[in-house]
Order: sequence, then C-alpha cells, then structure tokens
Amino acid sequence: MILVWLIVLLLVAGVLAAAVARISPTLCRWVALAATAFGLLLSVQLWIRNYGALAGFTLGEPRQWLLEFDRPWIAGFGIHFHLALDGLSLLLVTLTFLLGVASVLISWREIEDGVGFFHFNLLWVLAGIVGVFLAVDLFLFYFAWELMLVPMYFLIAIWGHERRVYAAVKFFLFTQLSGLMMLVAILALYFQHYQVSGVYSFQYTDLLGTPLTPRLATLLMLGFFAAFAVKLPMFPLHTWLPDAHTEAPTAGSVILAGLLLKTGAYGMLRFVLPLFPDAAHRFAPVAIGLAVAGILYGALLAYGQTDLKRLVAYTSVSHLGFVLLGIFVGNRWALQGALMTIIAHGLSTGTLFMLVGMIQERTHTREMARLGGLWETVPRLSGAGLFFVLASIGLPGLGDFVGEFLVLLGSYRAVLWPTVLATIGVLCSTFYGLKFVARAFHGPNTNRWALPDLTPREATLVGSMAVLLLWLGLYPQPVLKSFEPSLHWLEQAVSRPVVGFHFQTDVGGRR
Amino acid sequence: MYSYVWLLPGLPLLGSLLLIVFGPRLHRRIVATIGVGSIAAATVVAGLVTWTFLAHPPAGGGVTVRLWTWMDVEGLRPGIAFYLDALSVLMTLVITFVSTLIHFYSVEYMAGDEGYSRFFAYMNLFVGSMLTLVLADNLLLLYLGWEGVGLCSYLLIGFWYTDPANGRAAQKAFIVTRVGDTAMALGLFLLFHRLGTLDIQALLQAAQQQWPAGSVYATAVGLLLLGGACGKSAQVPLQTWLPDAMAGPTPTSALIHAATMVTAGVYLIARTHTLYELAPAAQHAVAVVGLVTLLMAGCSALTQNDIKRVLAYSTISQIGYMMFALGVGAWAAALFHFMTHAFFKALLFLAAGMVITAMHHEQNIFHMGGLRRELPLAYWAFLIGGSALAGLPLVTAGFYSKGLILWQALASPRGGTGLWAGAVLGVLLTSLYTFRLIFLVFHGELQHRPTHRPGWVMGLPVAVLSALSVVGGFVNLPPYLGNRPWLEQFLETVLPAPAEGQAPLSELGAEAVVSLAFLLGLGLAWWLFVRRRELATALASSGPGRWLHRWWYTDWGMDWLYDRLFVPPVTAFATVNRSDAVDLIYDGMAAVARAGWEGLSVTENGRLRWYAAAVVAGTILFVAIVALL
Repeated sequence: MILVWLIVLLLVAGVLAAAVARISPTLCRWVALAATAFGLLLSVQLWIRNYGALAGFTLGEPRQWLLEFDRPWIAGFGIHFHLALDGLSLLLVTLTFLLGVASVLISWREIEDGVGFFHFNLLWVLAGIVGVFLAVDLFLFYFAWELMLVPMYFLIAIWGHERRVYAAVKFFLFTQLSGLMMLVAILALYFQHYQVSGVYSFQYTDLLGTPLTPRLATLLMLGFFAAFAVKLPMFPLHTWLPDAHTEAPTAGSVILAGLLLKTGAYGMLRFVLPLFPDAAHRFAPVAIGLAVAGILYGALLAYGQTDLKRLVAYTSVSHLGFVLLGIFVGNRWALQGALMTIIAHGLSTGTLFMLVGMIQERTHTREMARLGGLWETVPRLSGAGLFFVLASIGLPGLGDFVGEFLVLLGSYRAVLWPTVLATIGVLCSTFYGLKFVARAFHGPNTNRWALPDLTPREATLVGSMAVLLLWLGLYPQPVLKSFEPSLHWLEQAVSRPVVGFHFQTDVGGRR
Repeated sequence: MYSYVWLLPGLPLLGSLLLIVFGPRLHRRIVATIGVGSIAAATVVAGLVTWTFLAHPPAGGGVTVRLWTWMDVEGLRPGIAFYLDALSVLMTLVITFVSTLIHFYSVEYMAGDEGYSRFFAYMNLFVGSMLTLVLADNLLLLYLGWEGVGLCSYLLIGFWYTDPANGRAAQKAFIVTRVGDTAMALGLFLLFHRLGTLDIQALLQAAQQQWPAGSVYATAVGLLLLGGACGKSAQVPLQTWLPDAMAGPTPTSALIHAATMVTAGVYLIARTHTLYELAPAAQHAVAVVGLVTLLMAGCSALTQNDIKRVLAYSTISQIGYMMFALGVGAWAAALFHFMTHAFFKALLFLAAGMVITAMHHEQNIFHMGGLRRELPLAYWAFLIGGSALAGLPLVTAGFYSKGLILWQALASPRGGTGLWAGAVLGVLLTSLYTFRLIFLVFHGELQHRPTHRPGWVMGLPVAVLSALSVVGGFVNLPPYLGNRPWLEQFLETVLPAPAEGQAPLSELGAEAVVSLAFLLGLGLAWWLFVRRRELATALASSGPGRWLHRWWYTDWGMDWLYDRLFVPPVTAFATVNRSDAVDLIYDGMAAVARAGWEGLSVTENGRLRWYAAAVVAGTILFVAIVALL
C-alpha cells in the first residue's frame, strides 16, 4: 500500500499546493517541501528496512519484488493497477524525492509568478516519474509515462527563459512521437501475448518471455527503444535536450537532467532487455556505437558552448552515453556502472544546474563572455562549482567516477575499440569542465561583479549534495549491493550476456 | 603502529577539509598552524612508522592495512587499503619531510597573499593525495591519488586565477597529464581482465605466474602505464606542461613540480617493476624515453632565461635520469636519485623563491647578476643545490645517486655503453646549464639591488635542505668508498638488484669519466658566462646558433607542433558545430511540415467556387481511382 501512497502523496500535495497558493505563496512552497521531504523520508526508510533483503543478509526464498501492490483496474482488458518495488526502483524513487526536495528549495526565490500552478506541475511531474519507476503493468506504465510529459511541458513553456515555447514544443514533439511508437509496440505485444496464451494481460511478468518471431521482436524492441532513446537521450536523437534544459527554469532542468533522462535508462533495463533479449542482443553493436558517438559528440559540443547552462546540458548527452554503453554491454560491471552513473549524474549534474541557476539569479546572465572572475566575489559558490565540475569530469573519490569506471571496465571486456574511444571521451570531459571553471569563476573580474555569496538555504542544499557524492565515491557499496538483486533478475531474464563478442574467459577475471 | 597508517593521508586531508570549510574566517596564524601542523604531524607519524618498520620488519616485506572495501563487483574488490613496504616507507618519509619544510617556508613566502588559507588547503590536499598514491594497496586507489595530485597541481598552477595566462597553464597541465591518464586507465582495464585483480601485490604475483617473459600483455600494460608515467612525470612526448606549470607560487613548484608529484610516474613503474621485467621491450622503451627526455630537456635548460624555467627543464631532465635508471633495471638507484633530487631540487626552488621575492618578482636571469654578496644564503643554497644537481664528486648527494645510475646502466645487460654514453653527455649538459644559471645570477656585476631579505622562516628550510643535499648521498656509498649500500639493502625486499653484466670499465674508471664530464661542463660554463660573456652572446646570435637556440628555447618546437596538430581540430569542431548540426535534420523536418502547412492553407481561401471545384475534382479523382483499380 505504501507504494500507492508514494504517488498519491504527490498528486494530492500538488492539488493542495495549488489551492493554498491563493492564500499565501510561502505556504504553497512549504506544502510542496513537506510532501517531497516526507516522500524522501518514506523511501529512505523503505531502503533501510529492506537493506537486509537486498544485500542478501536475510535468508529465505529470493523474491523479485520487495513490495507489491496489485488491483484490477480495467479488468476486461487485463489492465491492473500494479506497482512493484525492487532495489533498482527503490533507489530511483529515493533519488526522485531527493531531487524533488532540491527542486522545491531551488525555486524558493526564483519562481515569483503562478506559484501555485508551478508547484502543482512540479509535484505532478514527480508523481509521473515515481509511477514510471514503480509500474509493472505496461498500460499503467504508459499512463505514467505520459503523465510526466504534460506538466513538464508547462514548466518549460510558462516559467522558462527566452525561447521557452520553442523548447517546450520541441520537447513535447520528440517525447510524444517516440512515446506513440512505444504505445504501438505495447499493444502489439499485448495482442501477440493473447494469441499465444489466450489471456489479455498488460502485466510485465506475464509478457516476459512472450514468443516472438525475430522480425517482430526487432520491430517491437525498436518501438520501446525509440521512446527510451529519445528520453535518454541517445545521439542523434538528443537535440531536444539542450533546448529544453537551457530554457527550463532551474527546477525544471534539475528534474529533466536528474530524473526524466533516467526514466529512459530505466526503461531500457526494465523493458527492452528482458522483453526482447535476442533482438536487443542483435541490436547491441548499433547501440554501443551510438553510445560512444554520444559520449564524444556531447563532450565536444559541451566544450563549444558559450552559455553555461547549455554547456551543462550537453554534458548530459555525454554522460548518458556511458549509461547506454553500460546497458548494452550488459555484463555485471557495466550494468552496475550504468546504474551508478544514473544516480551520481543525477546529483552532480542536477547540482550544476542549480549552481548555474544561482549564478543567473545573481547576474542575470549565463553568457560566459559576461561572466568570469566570480571567485573574487562569491568564493563559496565558485568553490562549490569547482567541486561539482570535478565530479562531472569523473574525478576519483566522487560518485561519477565509480559509475564511469565500472562501465568502461565492463565494456573493455566486451568491446575493445569502443572502450578506447569512450575512455578518450573521459579525457574530453576535461575540456568542457575546465572551460566552465575558467570562464565562470577564474580570470579577471572585468565586469566588477559584487554579489552575495551562498545563502544558508543554498549552502545546505549544495553541501548535502557534495556529501552524498563523496559518499557514493568512497563507499558506493550500499548502493551497488541494492542494485544487485535486480541485476540478478535481469540476467536471468536475459539468460545470457547481451553482447556476443566474448573474450575467452580462460583467466581468472570473471570471478 | 601499522594500524595508524591511515593517519598519513588522513591528517593532511583533515587539515585541508578544515581549511576549505573554515579557512576564510580564520586568523592567518591559525591557518598557518593547521596548514603546517597537519603535515608536521603526518611527518611524525611517518617517522614512527619507519621506526617500527625498521625495528620489526613485517614478514614477507610488506604489510597491508585495509580500512574498508571500496566496491565489490564481480571479482573487482579494491579496498581503501594501504600497503607498507620498503618502497612506500621511503617515499612516505621523503614526501612528508620535504613537505613539512616547504609548508613552513610558505608561511613567510605567502604571508601577504589574499588566498592564504586557500593555498594551504590546496597544499594539504596535495600531500594527502600524494601519500594516498604511494601507500595505495591497489591500482584503483593509486589512481585516485594520481588524479588527486593532478587536481592539486591544476589548482596551484592556477592559484593566482585573475591572470588568464595562469589559468591556461593550469588547464594545459591538467589536460596533458590526463592524456597520459587515459592510457593508464586502459592499462588498468587490461590488467584486471587478464589477471582478475587490481591489488598490486596479487597482481604482480599473478603476472609472474601466468605471463611468460616477453608476453604481449605485459608489454602492452607496460607501455600503457608508461604513458601514464610520461604524463605525470613530464617525460617526452608529454613533457610540455611542466615548464608552463611554473606559473604557480614557488613553493608549489618546489613541492609538486619538482620534489614529489612529478616523480609519481617513477614510483608507478618501480611499483610495477615485475611487469617490466616480463616485458623487456617495454622496459627498453622506458630507458629510451628517459634518455631522450634527459638530453632534450638539458638542451632546453641551456637556453632559458627565466630562473624557474631553467629549474623546470632541469627537473624534467633529472626525472629522465630516474626513468632511464628504471629502464636499465637500476630500480633502487632510481629511488635513490628520487630522494636526493627531492632534497636538492626543493632547495634550488626555495632558494629561487628567495631571489625572486628579493628582486620584486623579477625572474629573468639576465636582469640579475652579482647577487652573491647581497643574498649570501641564497647563493650558498644555489651553490650546494647546483653542485648536487650537477654531481660535484664526493661531497654532494647528487653525485652518489647519479653515479649509481650511470654505473649500473653501464654494467647491466639491459643498459649498455650506448645508453651510458648518452647519459654521460647529459651530465655535461647538466653541469653546463646549472653553472650558467649560478654564474649569471650570482656572479658578474650587480644589476639591481635586492630590496627584501628573507627572514628565518624561509631561511631555516633552506638550511636544512642544504645540509641534506650534502649528506643525503652518504646513505648509499659505492664499493670504492667503503661499500655501504644501505639504501639498496633497505629496498632489496621490494626491488631486485640489477643483473651484473660485463662492463668495459671499472666502477672507479666510470666515475672518473662522469666526473670529467662534470668538470668539463663547469669549465665551459665558467669560460662562457664568466670569462668571455661575449663569446656566449656571439654563439647564440650566429646564424645556426640562433636557430638552434630558438629551437631549444621553445622546447624543440613541441608546443608549436601540438598547437597545430591537436588543438585546432577540437576547437574548430566545437566552435563551428556550436549550434549542433544534427539539429538541422529536425529543423529540416519542421521546415517541410511548415511548407506543407503553408501550401495547404493557400487552398483554404474562403471562395465557394474554389471549394466546389475542389470537391468535383476530388470526386472525379476518387471515382477514377476506384474504376481503374
């Protein structure tokens, strides 16, 4: 039941926040903060309570789900309101609430108009995201998938920056078109399953292992893949991302980069690989190639930008390339790396967007030419910026490094040359990272900025994120362990490593 | 005592954290106390650890202290774990000791600087990372320290951030060393997948058991790790960042870009020496890289006019000697030279810092001269440090360490006369550029009178390092001087003695040749820069001389080459493609849709006749299609 509450909490709080905003905008903010913080508490508590089961301490029959909630919804079509939680979704839900809290806090001063509707949209996007991470009925999943889209559209189109409408429409079209492809694939799978079994069902566990001809499997796989690849985003489907991230208000960028992109990665892991293992296996070389292209292309384009926010946006293309690479390489190292990157990137890039937002709030610009020398006037903000840039370029000791290292380590076993190129991609991240620091914080303060440094609210927010990244970087074990059971199930469903270019395992590396 | 090993990196890191969080609000005196105190405390710990290590040598030569498991994925189980053996004990001791002296020196040197606490925060972070690097029990933790010191180097080169030139130098250092790190990371992947572990001791053992001599994997790993070492230790072809790194504060140059960090590559190769013994080709590559570097940098040092750049090239060249030693299998000798070099190069930089502050931040040696009476302490420091660097026989530390390298290069079957001769030529160059520097700065006529005399806080470390530059070599005396190879014996448990081969000369004879090269360089320097200055000028301004001077002055044009070869493609692609060419596809689709909309909206013109005609035409078309089908 608690799984339903996690979603209902956000939906109700959204309505409530919109209602009380008429009385006082501050009250509305507090409502949103309370809801997200309570959700965070709930999910952390869920994690702690289930940690024993995840880490394999408690004996007993291993189950796929830690928690489940299943009620018939539209019984005639075999549609269930079916939510389920495993280690993977648990951590992603926790991340959702964490970034939810951050988004509310970061909007505290930034959003002045339409406070009520803003928080309504914010909370409803989060509800959609939580739904996506929990739904194991494909109809419900698609429902939640669309639920994320509309409030996000409003967040960009109403509270965004100069070219907000263009960006919002572009975001909507890309996501909607690819989402429709997924819908078609879901329905086809549904009917195929009926033909084989005589039962109408949208249940994930029922649809697993539905026999498909290779041709059909490839087509359906591509339908799912399209939706997730756009969200991820995969090169060359990424062009909505820089516009959407740049034009969105800070909270919107945080949610986009930290969470919405991750729903794509989650979908690949939860649906594309287990539902269509053979088709995904055949498709892996293409996906790996595009992943590596994205890593390099994103890094180089980030380096070319002159708008701080656009720079950070392009780094996401590069980092999510590592996630895609890890998913399609598919051995344990690479998968753990991909998941770790998902979490760490959510924190580091999310915070970078917040910091850019703070800079923009103070200077009213994101243009590098108008910035520079900020260290002189806001040393704490600049130091924080340096820290998160370093996290983003994969400095060991911080979370992102663990993820990218594991991905590369795993992919080295499977494919040599793409790994070499991806490793060069890490080098390229240095270019944009150092450019960010040099153009924003270092150099002479030619514009004579004299700005207020981090407020206690901002410092707490940024400081906690820094602590979390250090924790992930130095002791990622609890997170890795929590992912393990999910990956175990995934490997069983896929029943063999996804990529076929096996090295001989004559030497002791494998265990 | 061993269970307290974590304090070694822990104390400096704690100091750094305190300074980062509270530094700006603290009084300068407290900042200095934390900054120097944390390092001094680490030195005390290092001393105690060394004492324990000597008193009760651990079984098997090493002891592992595991704090926690860093990550555990499918057989990858690196720990946050430290490994103490003779090699790491020696490195730790030298690093902490020299760091303490340099931190102490900085209290006065940086006294007037705005970023006082920031400076000590970065320096402490550096020491913490460096100690992590040398104490790491596995290659992944080593890599953490490796990147950490690279970061601190970047931060300290760009310490005075308001000048974009410093920022550029810092970025160059970070990026060039990260090129090497990319190779090193690939080496780590290869090692893990072939040997199944990244724990250094287990890995070396597995390599020895599984790989035959000359194994292609050992060679590949050896070359990839050499790539990493070339980046960090500024060896050809990745040496170009180090001269620019002199943009940082002088204590930084002394500690990071001379005494400790840049020797990390030497440490890495010494640490993984088993792999190189399995891969003679890779080991030979190390020797060649070292030799080429030491000669090229020696020539470049001859032409520089910035006091710190001369020292920077000399650092590159001396690390070249260490690499050369590793390449010929003179493992212990490389570490011996690391130690003496840390003393005398730190000394030279600290003395240079005295000169620079005394001369109002003038760094051009041609604007100095005759300072020997004005700055006697700096003069003596330079004389001692320079003599050690050039290898003044018998009374300087550098003579013993470099002598050992050269002798073993000649005697070892992995060395040979050719390599040896090249390295002896290097001795001549070293002596020549060192005394050129000393003569130009301290002899001749007084050009500018210094205004500021260093106080005792700067003086004390210089005095201590001067003493060490003399006595530091006595820890390992050659056979013809009593045969007391203490250091080699100490390192014996980790690093094997070089294989004995046929040498064409006796050890004493070889030393005589080296000493002759030293004297020749000294004499030449005296002749050219004291006796007949105009000769040097004439030589440098003659046709080929000018060309050669320019070539060497620009580091053999390698910066020029890289700036044309590697930088333009990246920047051009990034700039030209700033607005993302891929988006053109979607813009095109949008344009087609828009054109379609415009085309169709023409038909919606509100004229009834037009509509009626369209309906009729449509019907005819429809009927025609049905009829035809």
